[in-house]
Amino acid sequence: MFAPTHFTAVLLFATFASVVFGITQRSTPKAMAKYGIYCWVMFVGVVIVASWAMWLIRR
Amino acid sequence: MASKVQVPAKTETQGFVYSALIVGWLVPGAGHVMTGRWMRGLLLFASITAMFWLGIAMQGKLYLPNTGDVLDMLGFAGDVGNGLFYALGRILDLGHGAVQIATADYGTKFIVVAGLLNFISAVDAHNLRIGRKI
Repeated sequence: MFAPTHFTAVLLFATFASVVFGITQRSTPKAMAKYGIYCWVMFVGVVIVASWAMWLIRR
Repeated sequence: MASKVQVPAKTETQGFVYSALIVGWLVPGAGHVMTGRWMRGLLLFASITAMFWLGIAMQGKLYLPNTGDVLDMLGFAGDVGNGLFYALGRILDLGHGAVQIATADYGTKFIVVAGLLNFISAVDAHNLRIGRKI
């Protein structure tokens, strides 16, 4: 059984989804890499921001 | 979300038009390999396959088609996007029926999202096949 931490699950999800989004939503390799990295940063960034927001709400 | 893909002039397609779509759905990335995009196909295969099997390893649930619950049916619609992997999972009785731990819930989502990503991938392969995308 594979039991990652919540954050590891986020990192894995962001990585796999960003690869697919990058390849399917852009045409050139450079644009694919740029968009893939952008998606990854947004996935992980939004999770971190939302997590801190929930922590602040709970206090 | 607007897609910034370059759209070339229409070209005549030889053979069965939906072959890349169907092959891409059955095996992640195979549609891209069919159209000669080996690297894209391999990356898609690695990502979608890893997502599906990590979902199974996390004790995620494989949805069934006729449970009578609308949310289960939507889950099934996502799962079936995994093509042959979903069939293999059902044949080998993989996945857990009842989600009991948090990581199993993540696993269920990994499996559904892998299927949805494979739908996007298969449609992209179809667009490459018919010349709608470069």
